[in-house]
Amino acid sequence: MRRVVVTGMGAVTPLGIGVEHVWKRLLAGESGIGAIQSFDVKDLPAKIAGQVPSGSKEDGKLDLNEWIPPKDQRKMDRFIQLALVAADEAVADSGWKVETDEDAWTTGVMIGSGIGGLQTIFEASQLVHEGKSRRLSPFFIPSALINLASGHVSIKHGFKGPNHAVVTACATGVHALGDAARLIAMGDADVMVAGGSEAAVCELGMAGFCASRALSTGFNDTPAKASRPWDKDRDGFVMGEGAGVLVLEEYEHAKKRGAKIYAEFAGYGLSGDAYHITAPAEGHDGAFRAMKAALKNGGVTPEQIGYINAHGTSTPLGDDLELQAVERLFGDAARGAAMSSTKSAIGHLLGAAGAVEAVFSILAVRDDVAPPTLNLDEPSTPSVIDRVPHTAQERKIDIALSNSFGFGGTNASILFRKPH
Amino acid sequence: MTDTAEITKQVKEIVVEHLGVEEAKVTETASFIDDLGADSLDTVELVMAFEEKFGIEIPDDAAEKITTVKDAIDYIQKQKSA
Repeated sequence: MRRVVVTGMGAVTPLGIGVEHVWKRLLAGESGIGAIQSFDVKDLPAKIAGQVPSGSKEDGKLDLNEWIPPKDQRKMDRFIQLALVAADEAVADSGWKVETDEDAWTTGVMIGSGIGGLQTIFEASQLVHEGKSRRLSPFFIPSALINLASGHVSIKHGFKGPNHAVVTACATGVHALGDAARLIAMGDADVMVAGGSEAAVCELGMAGFCASRALSTGFNDTPAKASRPWDKDRDGFVMGEGAGVLVLEEYEHAKKRGAKIYAEFAGYGLSGDAYHITAPAEGHDGAFRAMKAALKNGGVTPEQIGYINAHGTSTPLGDDLELQAVERLFGDAARGAAMSSTKSAIGHLLGAAGAVEAVFSILAVRDDVAPPTLNLDEPSTPSVIDRVPHTAQERKIDIALSNSFGFGGTNASILFRKPH
Repeated sequence: MTDTAEITKQVKEIVVEHLGVEEAKVTETASFIDDLGADSLDTVELVMAFEEKFGIEIPDDAAEKITTVKDAIDYIQKQKSA
């Protein structure tokens, strides 16, 4: 199998846009969660979310007009727009430019989304409901389709290799990165632009997750306190939007062109729960097996893992079950291990979560620092694992593990190591 | 409202907005696809925008024949004066 490395990264998050800007704010313990202003939330029990801040690129904020011509913006849902922005940053960061046919044919895209163009579907269905089907935009379907994020990125950059999209709810980001890395390892592509994007912070998305009783509702007046993984007062996750994109590249290909290498892809594992549509199985056995498979795939032992970026959504059931699964897998190595949930700062980005958290995991490896779990004032369950409460910690991190689990009982874990 | 100058002005405004082109390029003989960079989906959207703006219905067979700015102006004028 060929080696795969990370040569470019892009992040669009509630903490802003731009990998280094977001990372700095994350390490400083800042929160990207706030009151929802973009639509009326009076009928919703959850009134807060992590939304990408509006403003100029210069200030680390998002002004779509700086990235996508207005006439094209109308042809794509917000999740595609966010993917394009993150991909632009990642591709520019990697320095990879397609020059020959061969370059184009061996560069692919795999950007997924958990939900896709929900707001677009919502607006279109209202037109149909009002008897105005003839007013539907010809761009409605291509605006809402999940694989159109990959489609648009490929068209913009001329990437003619594998064009694919993953849909596994909140595990989408990790699955996209892991599957893309395997395409490179197996020789289907030399470069893959991969990740996840989500823009479901809209009325229908919020109402839907409220209906499934998944969201935090007790911190509407103190939004920055709402996402509190493992804390005894946690009461659900906080919706977030954004996109994370990595440029994954075959090692020799990257070396030959003198590319900067952030980290090496070091293992990937997947599993299914076969248990319940939304609840994790007893002991989070699926998480345990996904992590175990990733370690086996990479030939890595728990002692070698310096940081775990947990799925840790801040839901009453899931957080402690994931903790149990990690403790079981790590055994004696659990003592002294560091695990945090960066969802405490940005909320749950659903299909983008795993990709943005991969960016954080890779930076943790690069900088030897574990980002904090905000609001972890008093854990509901004690553990020998250091969950990095409140403040970032400098520590030796050669390998990081990142987890993502999705509705339907789908689990994925991925490993990144320092380049050598 | 139905006079040619007003229709021409409004048609051009719609074309500029939807196709993101400079106003100067939107001459009466300009073809949406050949001169203004539209694709087939863009032209569907343009026709819908004309329908909305001028309160008319343009059936598909007529819409297919509207390929230039002038085609649009002529068709709309005919509908409005009918």
